[in-house]
This record gives sequence, structure tokens and C-alpha cells, in this order.
Amino acid sequence: MNVMQPIDRIRGGVHEKERHESGHKHVSGTAEYIDDIPEPQGTLHGYLGLSQRAHAEILSIDFEAVSSSEGVIGVLTAADIPGENDISPAHKHDEPIFVTDKVEFHGQPIFAVVATSREAARRAAAKVKIEYRDLPHVTDVLEAAAANYPLVIDPLKLERGDIEAGFAKAKNILEGEMRIGGQDHFYLEGQISFAIPGEDDEVLVYSSTQHPSETQHMVATVLGVPSNAVTVNVRRMGGGFGGKETQANIFAAVAAVAAKKYRCPVKVRPDRDDDMSATGKRHDFHVDYKLGFDDEGRIEAVDAVFSARCGYSADLSGPVTDRALFHADNCYFYPNVRLRSRPLKTNTVSNTAFRGFGGPQGMVGGERMIEEIAYAVGKDPLEIRKLNFYGGEGRNLTPYHQTVEDNIIGRIIEELETSADYAKRREAVIAFNRENNVVKRGIALTPVKFGISFTKTEYNQAGALVHVYTDGSIHLNHGGTEMGQGLYTKVAQVVADEFQVDLDRIKVTATTTGKVPNTSATAASSGSDLNGMAAANAAQQIKARLVKFAAERWNVSETDVAFEPNTVRIGVDRLSFNEFIKIAYGARIQLSAAGFYKTPKIHWNRAEGRGRPFFYYAYGASCSEVSVDTLTGEYQVDRTDILHDVGRSLNPALDLGQVEGAFIQGMGWLTTEELWWDAKGRLRTHAPSTYKIPLASDRPRVFNTRLAEWSVNREETIRRSKAVGEPPFMLGISVLEALSMAAASVAEYRIAPRLDAPATPERVLMAIERLRAAARQKG
Amino acid sequence: MTIQIRNTIRFILNHRLVELADVSPVQTLLDFLRIDRNLKGTKEGCAEGDCGACTVLVGRLLDGKLKYESVNACIRFVGSLDGCHIVTVDSLAQPAGPLHPVQQAMVDTHASQCGFCTPGFVMSLYGLWMENAKPSIAGIEKALQGNLCRCTGYAAIIRAAEAISAIGDVGKDPLVVERDRIARELATLQDGRRVEIGSETERFILPGSVDDFAAVLEANPKATIVAGSTDVGLWVTKFMRDISPVIHLTHLEELRRISVDAEGVTLGAGVSYAEAYPVIVEHFPELTELWDRIGGQQVRNMGTVGGNIANGSPIGDTPPALIALGASITLRKGDRRRTVALEDFFIAYGKQDREPGEFVESVRIPFVSDDARVAVYKVTKRLDEDITAVCGAFRIAFDAGRVTDAVIAFGGMAGTPKRASNVEAALKGAEWTEETIERAVTAFDQDFTPLTDWRASAEYRQLVAKNLLRRFYLETQSSGQIRLDRTIAVAV
Ligand SMILES: Cc1cc2nc3c(=O)[nH]c(=O)nc-3n(C[C@@H](O)[C@@H](O)[C@H](O)COP(=O)(O)OP(=O)(O)OC[C@H]3O[C@@H](n4cnc5c(N)ncnc54)[C@H](O)[C@@H]3O)c2cc1C
Ligand code: FES
Ligand code: FES
Repeated sequence: MNVMQPIDRIRGGVHEKERHESGHKHVSGTAEYIDDIPEPQGTLHGYLGLSQRAHAEILSIDFEAVSSSEGVIGVLTAADIPGENDISPAHKHDEPIFVTDKVEFHGQPIFAVVATSREAARRAAAKVKIEYRDLPHVTDVLEAAAANYPLVIDPLKLERGDIEAGFAKAKNILEGEMRIGGQDHFYLEGQISFAIPGEDDEVLVYSSTQHPSETQHMVATVLGVPSNAVTVNVRRMGGGFGGKETQANIFAAVAAVAAKKYRCPVKVRPDRDDDMSATGKRHDFHVDYKLGFDDEGRIEAVDAVFSARCGYSADLSGPVTDRALFHADNCYFYPNVRLRSRPLKTNTVSNTAFRGFGGPQGMVGGERMIEEIAYAVGKDPLEIRKLNFYGGEGRNLTPYHQTVEDNIIGRIIEELETSADYAKRREAVIAFNRENNVVKRGIALTPVKFGISFTKTEYNQAGALVHVYTDGSIHLNHGGTEMGQGLYTKVAQVVADEFQVDLDRIKVTATTTGKVPNTSATAASSGSDLNGMAAANAAQQIKARLVKFAAERWNVSETDVAFEPNTVRIGVDRLSFNEFIKIAYGARIQLSAAGFYKTPKIHWNRAEGRGRPFFYYAYGASCSEVSVDTLTGEYQVDRTDILHDVGRSLNPALDLGQVEGAFIQGMGWLTTEELWWDAKGRLRTHAPSTYKIPLASDRPRVFNTRLAEWSVNREETIRRSKAVGEPPFMLGISVLEALSMAAASVAEYRIAPRLDAPATPERVLMAIERLRAAARQKG
Repeated sequence: MTIQIRNTIRFILNHRLVELADVSPVQTLLDFLRIDRNLKGTKEGCAEGDCGACTVLVGRLLDGKLKYESVNACIRFVGSLDGCHIVTVDSLAQPAGPLHPVQQAMVDTHASQCGFCTPGFVMSLYGLWMENAKPSIAGIEKALQGNLCRCTGYAAIIRAAEAISAIGDVGKDPLVVERDRIARELATLQDGRRVEIGSETERFILPGSVDDFAAVLEANPKATIVAGSTDVGLWVTKFMRDISPVIHLTHLEELRRISVDAEGVTLGAGVSYAEAYPVIVEHFPELTELWDRIGGQQVRNMGTVGGNIANGSPIGDTPPALIALGASITLRKGDRRRTVALEDFFIAYGKQDREPGEFVESVRIPFVSDDARVAVYKVTKRLDEDITAVCGAFRIAFDAGRVTDAVIAFGGMAGTPKRASNVEAALKGAEWTEETIERAVTAFDQDFTPLTDWRASAEYRQLVAKNLLRRFYLETQSSGQIRLDRTIAVAV
């Protein structure tokens, strides 16, 4: 037996700042996205034909000019769908692939053209002649309520304490409302699917989807075949952010139907404008709130209704509006509380998942309430925040009756206040505002507490597949999808750590329903929590077999067998990993395993509004300072400091990237990203020329981001890390609050500015004008 | 005039000479790369010049000098590339070889997440690096105004941009080392011939000279003139408009000339924003910020001032400023030329004073007299790479505390770029005081009835227009900070 020199540690284990596994391919243009896959000869292209009305009956459709257009192979309508014409993820049968008699939003798919090139299909689709009979339409959520539009799904109510008694006791009562805009995902890679027909009823679909299992299920339902006939593959997405959780399904389904019908590979990729018109977005919300509080600013009672613009169908609006309620408390204890959701139907695209999944809207509503109290009692909003934090006797119960057990917001805020020099800078801002009439400044420090786990308990499971080959190389596959967040890298680090081999020995292969079945969406920030655990479990199964084998073969006790950096120690001897694997193979040890994980402890009873929906919470805080030009409402973020909790980071470099990226995306949502519908119900901000996501130059002029390195998840998550995808998105709230303070300065901070989101320069200027007028009135 | 004709276009694509006879006038460079050449590194994110995922470098000659510029392949027509060198991300590193310093920097700083925007960033940064190996943060941000990333929040990308020169020496970069050889090779492709490709419904022409351009256009008065294609490109990619026959002009070096004399500056119609920049900064420094905020770098590298004017949009950014400066344009049809004051060129929404067969040959901008003060304010939803909601340009002359002349032009307030003549009248002859300003701003209500759209409401536009005059006034009084300070030190 060889005696190896042990090395201290492997390259690329957990907690290391490893590079993204595809980094070198991203930069060289060799990372393959679906549109880059070589097209087999005879590949056809599908293009969707969209409704040009917001709400109308379809009287007739004339495809003459479409069919005779150059390169057209055929037109698909509802009649061509062999199975069900429905892809409702909520199983409400309210989401047809192709509508037949009535369109319910401008941009709704009616048909698809299949042609020899995408260009030909797209040009042909534009030639359709459709006769409509217009029906009254509603795009706005309050108008929908006024018009008695239905709810797309059952609402949720969270209630705790005695709301009436709370208000009766409160010295101060205040009511208000807020509008919070939606957001387009603007994943850089648009929606795309590429279907290749197989034998019998089989089809292989490459889909830019965050939820391959659901895409598989939808394609099967639409084709009228069992799920085992459909394989869905995705190596990577060029961004998802929730926009490809359910919204990828239609493209996959249409590609699959066309591929089976014409017996050719078919690709479907909409133009950016059509992508933005036809696919769902973050929900816009209207919040109606009533607050009771004492003279100090301590909350006694909260009663709020969160109405959401859901669009024409349910999609994920149920869980999204639920999560809004789950986060309306943010970090604050509400002694008496009633929170209600109102998921309203509108004649707009069906809104869907987006990073935070309703949580951000709930939290912005909660922070607005804090701000109201601060202006009412004349204090720094941060003081009101601290006064109301969870913590202390009897002050740890959320409105959904989960006890907050892992609260670290106090320490986070304290550290950030110091590192950002908050108190001094707030003074300086106030002094600056006294001296300057045109440019005004604002500063805000806001906290985040975000619940981790799918609220749909059954989604909290995951599978992984690990093969060790006879040469010692390792193949890893799991149910999570890679959309840039670095999931493949992190899970590979976990497996490297389990086997104690260098990271480059592990190859993560494309996510496919054929390898790991019945997976959950890569969403709810759950990717590494779930898949990391499942992969660790698979590795542990193989290791257990190997340990047992080694103990028997070398006649040592199992505790004397250990996986150490790139070697296996058996008693006093040491073998290289490769050598050991070869021997194990020779002894017919199974070197492959399917791993599994389900999140413990969680349960949720929606009807009662009670349970423990979240395994744990992730925390963070940000402090932003802004300058506002009060002549135009234009502004810039002068500085942002962030301290964010990711538990014991699996990969601090990737986590830092998630935090920075999420902050900027959250800031964009609350500032320049505006969805604007015209009187005809057309979304007019449907391309980057009109829909403005942040640029490099919109970054805070000074941008300090740190991870709370001391944090360790108190729950047994994968290597005590915490989820990172969504929580830092809400760090962007500090920018909105800082803008709000700058606006408030024109009225000497005496009037709550009630700045709605997105705070475009126009909204900021109009708020300033309103405050100036109100201040003049007050005298 | 005997003109020789060529029926192919020729350019260098990465390392190889390409000659094409069969090209559609609406063939975009992006589709050509991805579909025809199977070069999949360059991505499509929007097909409208706004996201930068499709960024490639195009090297072209001016007076024998070769310069590489970032451009949006999605709205660039292949036909316009005759005589150019196109560099795509696919060529930066050899399959098994080391990464290019720009690429290595991006990997080292974790500057890619989903990676879809990344090739575009690599190319923009590469273009910048060749221009300036040690750029400032402001310089990096400016070079990246045309690149969107939805994942990273940009901080890591900025770190990458700063790290490049520590990884590689720009002096050893292949494109820098080979520049002279490639310039010579490109020069040999310039044979002064007219290029004609296609026939009937699918036709484009690259005139051999400006005279030839005039002749070809006169003979084909319905042809679409294409300069930088930053407007026309979208007619094709977004509206699927038929634009044949097409006449390209940016390959004509004669139209890319800039001349400066004692009274002013003349820009040829083919001069890009980027090419005009140094002269603008030197002679009209008040327009610098405006120039920095037109499109992103790729758009400024392609788009022309001539096109901005000829396009006639009420939200084009150069017309208000140029009207305020008293600019004029020379129009040419065949051999006949006429000069019109720029403000008279815009007749109504969608209608300009340009006859069929006529083209804009040059733009003349007179210097500002010493007694006048100039300011241009562009107001947008997002600070950079955004289309104007309101753009106000002012040239106001004073004598002993009184206004002697006032020219004020606005974009975004009417169907054309338009002067605020009532406001001007209220100012002329008046004392330069706050009272005068407050009286004058009410005249905006007579001058403009703006529209509400997704960029801004009518109410906001009107208020901002008034406030811009107030700002102009305040800036003559210098009291406290009156503009955002973009120069705040940036820490990475
Ligand atoms: C992403 C993006 C951002 C942009 N941002 C801005 C912005 O911030 N501000 C702004 O003002 N504009 C902006 N634009 C539009 C701007 O780039 C164009 O208006 C540009 O200036 C037009 O010049 P071009 O050379 O590209 O013209 P083209 O697109 O080639 O042509 C435009 C029009 O002018 C005609 N034309 C061109 N040259 C001549 C000539 N010599 N004689 C007669 N007719 C001619 C063409 O036939 C066509 O009608 C943006 C465009 C994009 C794609
Ligand atoms: S694809 Fe977006 S700029 Fe070209
Ligand atoms: S890395 Fe995903 S868009 Fe930039």
C-alpha cells in the first residue's frame, strides 16, 4: 500500500471564495445558452401571435396573409393542441396557451406561426387580421376593485392579538395608503425553448426554465402524454429572477407541440418587446393601512390590506400575496395585527414570481408605516425601527404565529450604524439641507428580515445524483438550476468537501428531469439549502459504502477510515482517492447514489393563518444617502453601506455578488423601473429603451458591502449557511427611504412625505411640490 | 462621371477577410455573426441597441488611422461594414489558450453571474482599454453606459475594469501590435468604387464618393439613407419595416470631416457623436454633459449628429442645443445646396424641410458670443442612456444686467424641437432678476402644451421646463449646490 504525503486542504471546498464554475466560459462567449445550441438541420422556428386588445371577444381570425408569408410551414392555434390547452401552475384552468374566444390582456398569445426561420415566423405573425369586439377593461388594481373584478385566488388573512382593543388603547391612530409598482425581470437572456421530437410520444425540450419539473409536467399535459415521455434540460439561464419559474412554460409547450406536429426540432424565442408584453412581472400593490401607536412611537395595532394587481389569471399570485403578508412585519413586533391580501384580477399580463416573491412589497408597506409614525412623533425613523424590533418578553411572535428564534437584527443594525457613521452623517445631511435650497439630501438605514422556505411545504424537498467514476472523477447532478447565482459552484463545493477532493474533479452537468425527478423550482432562495443538502446526502451514501468496504477489506474499524484531502486514510495507511476508488470498483461497490433532502420543522395551515412556514430567517441592513435635485426630481445615490447575513457563507465571493446585485435590482425597482400602461391597456414600457433598469453609473457613488462574517445559522442547514438569493433585494428600500427624507426636508421634516414607488424623478418632484404646498398651508 | 461598381462588400471578420455578394440590406451584423457564421459568443438581449449584449468592436479608418470602437451588432447593418475590421468576443482567446487580460480580469473579480451580458461587457471594456489603459471610474462608467447587467450590480465589473492593466500590457495586445498591418489591409479594400448589392426589392448602395451619393440619391429619391443606423436599425428590428433601397453614408470619409474656423464649427453629416466630442468639449463645453448622456458609448460611436437632425424626432437631443446656438444645416440635392436655419428645418411632427432626393451634408455651429451664456439641461428618468423627457437649451445674452438676447429651445415639449418664443420675449430687454424669471416662466404655458406618456406626464414636463429656466437663473447667481455632484469620489 502507498503511503501518501497528506496535504492540508483541498482546493475549492466550502467557505472558499471559488470562482463561478462557468466564469471562464462567460467571458469568452463559450458558455452555451439555449439559442447557442447548434441547430440540427431542418430546425423550424415558432413565433407567438399576441392580442392587440386588453379585453375583447375575438370575432374572427384571418390567417391568409400569415400562411402565405415567405417561409411559413404552418399556424398553430388551440385546435392543434393534442392535450390540454392550459398551463395554469395553480391548476385553476385559467391560463390557456392560445386563447380561443376572448382575450384578457394586451399581449396575450392567440396563435403561433411556424416557419423556416425566426425572422420569417415573426414577420408572418405580424400579418394576421383579427376582428375584435372590445369589452371594458381594467388595468389598475383600485379600478379593478371598484369594478368588482374577482379575486384570482382565495385571499389570506393573518390575525393575532385583539385588533379592536389595540386601536382602543392606542393614543395615536393614523391611516394612509401607498402604491408600490411592479417590476419586469429583465433577465438578459429572454425566454426561449427548443424542442426536439423523439420516438413514439417522446420529446426533449431545452428550456430556459427555473422549474424543469413543472415545465416537463406542463409539456406532458399539453401534449396529452405521460411525464415519462418528456425530458426537460437546462444547463444555464441568462438570468431568471423568478421570471422563468412559470413563465417559461408556454414557450416550452408551444415548441413541443410544434415539434411533435411537424416532426422537426422547433425553437421558440420571442423578441424582447414581446417577451416583456406577454410574460408576467412583479405584482404592483396598493396598501391600505391603519396604525395605532403610543407617543413614543411604539406600535400598538396594525390593520392593513394588501391589494395586488395579479393580471388575468392566478399563476403564483396566491403564494406571492401570502408572502407579502408574511413580510409586512419586517423586523417589527405588532402586538395586535390584522393583515389581509386582496389578489385582484386585472386585464394585464398575469403577474408572477420575482425575487422576494411579494415579500419586498409587504416589507415596503411595513417600512412606510414606520415612516408614518416617525414623522407623526417627530423622530428619526431609525429610532422608531429600533423601538419596534422583535425581541424581549412576549415580543417574538409574528402575525402568522411563528416565533422568531434567530433574531440578530439588533447586532446588524448596531454594527452598520457604526461602520456607516449614521448618526453623524444624518446630522450633516440635516445641516446641508438647511444651507441648500436646490439640492437636498436624505439618509436612511433600513433592516431586512426574510423568511426562508417555500410556503408550500411540499416544495421543500430536493434530489441529487452523484456518480464516482473509476478514474476518480465525479459527476454531480441535482434538481436546482443555474441562472447566475452560482448554485452549481456551491453544490460542487459541498460535494468536494464531502469527498475531500479538489473542486476541479467534480463536473456539474445540466439540470435534467431525466436524472433527478420531481424537483422544485429553483426559487425562494432555496437552491443551495435544498440541493446542497441533497448532494451531500448522495455523497454521504457513497462514502458510507466505501467506509464499510474499507473497514472490511483492511480490517480496521469504520472510525479509522477517513476521507482526507485527496486521499483516503485507512488506519495508518493512506491511499490516493483515485486508487482507492479503483479498488472499490473492483470489489463491486456501488459508486453512485441518489441523494434526497426535505426541510425539517416547517408546517403551515393557510386556512388558520398559523404555523411555522419558515425554517429560519436571513437578516441584513443597508444605509443609503442620496442627493435630490428639487427642480427636476432627479437624484443620485451618494453612498450605500450594507451589512448582510448569509450565515456561514458557502462561498463569500459569490454571496457578495448576490448581495450587491440584489441591492441594485431592488434599488431599480423602487426608483427608475416603471411599468406604464396606456388608456388602451397596452404596456408601453416594454423594452430597455423605455423600461430603465439601473446602469453602472447608477451605483451608489460609494458602495460598501460586507457579509456578517460572525453569523452562523442556528438551524442545521448546509454547512450552517443561509440562503442569499432574495433577502438582499430588500436592502434597496433604504434608497426609497432616503429619497423620502430628502423630500421631507422641504417641509422641515414635519409631514410624512408618502413617496410612492417607483420613486421616479417625476414622483419625487411631485412629492416635493405637494410637501412644499402643505408646508406653506401649515405656515 | 464614370463610376466603377463593385458587387460585393469586403471586410475582415476577426482574423479573416470576408467577401459577400449576397447580403440583404436589412441583414444585421448580429444575425450574420450568430446565424450565418455560427459565432455564438455575441448575444442578443434586446435587438434595439440598448442592452449592449451584442457589443463587438469595429475598426475603421479615418485619414489612414485605424480606430476600434464598440458598436451594437444588433442594429448595425452588415452592408455598412465594407472596409471595416470586426472583432468579436470569440476571437479574444484561443480555445485552449490563456484568456485575454480583459477576460481574465472579469473572471478574477467575479464579474459574471449569469454571464449573458458578459461578452458585451468584455468588448466594451476592451474598446476602452485600447483607448485608455488606466481609465478613471467615471471613464469606466461612461464606457459602460450602453451595457446592462441585471445580475451583478456592476461593482465587480468596475473592479474588473480597474484590474485589467495589472494583468496584461495593452502595448502587447494583438490588435494594438497589428494595428498598422490591419490598417494597410483595410486601406487596400478601399477602392473608391460604388458598391451595389441586390436588386429591386432588396437593394443597397454604398456610394463611391459624396458626389456619387448625391447622384445616387437623386436617382433614387425614395431610398432610405442610413448613417449610423441607431434609428433606422430599430425600424427594421422592431417595426420590421421595409427600407430598401438603402444608401449608406458613413463609409464616406469626406462626410466625416470636422472643420473649425474663426466663426464656428462645421460637422460633416457622417460625423459620429464620438468623433465630434473633442470639438464639442473644446468649443461648446456647455454641451459636454449632454453629449456624455446621449445613448451609450456604442450609440455614440455609431450615431451621427446629421442623423439625429434628419430623423426629426421631437426628443432628439442635439436639435434643442443646436437651435439655441443658432446652428444651420446645409442640404444638398444633386449639385444644388441650400442652407437653412436648423429651427426652420423642423416643420411639424414627422415633417421636415427636406425634399425627396435631398440630404443633409453638414451642420454649422457658430461660436457663442462673449456676452452670452449657454446651458443645456437634459432631464430623464434614468440619468444615463435614457431618452429625454424634457431637454432645455438656453443661450441668453446680457448687457449691464439686462437681457439683450434670448434663444431658448426645448425638446420633449411639442411635436418638434421648438423655441419658447413667448418666454424669450418676456426676457428680452428685461432686468435679470428673480422677478423677471418668475414672470417669464408663466409664458411657458403659452409656448407649450406637452403630452403625457411613459417618460413623463404633461404636468411634470411643464413644471420642469419652468424650473430649468429657474435653474439657469440660479446658476448665474451661484448660491449653494444647484446640480447633482456626479464627481463625488467613488470608492471601489
Ligand atoms: C440605445 C439608443 C439610445 C439613444 N439615445 C439617444 C439619446 O440619448 N438622445 C438622442 O437624441 N438620441 C438617442 N438615440 C437616437 C440617436 O442615436 C439617433 O437619433 C442618431 O443620432 C441618428 O443618427 P444615425 O447616424 O444613427 O442615423 P440613422 O439611424 O442612420 O438615420 C436616422 C434618420 O436620419 C436619416 N438620415 C441620416 N443621415 C442623413 C443625412 N445625412 N441626410 C438625410 N437624412 C439622413 C435617415 O434616413 C433616418 O431617417 C438613441 C438610440 C439608441 C439606439
Ligand atoms: S442586443 Fe441589446 S444592444 Fe444589441
Ligand atoms: S451577469 Fe447576468 S446580466 Fe450580467
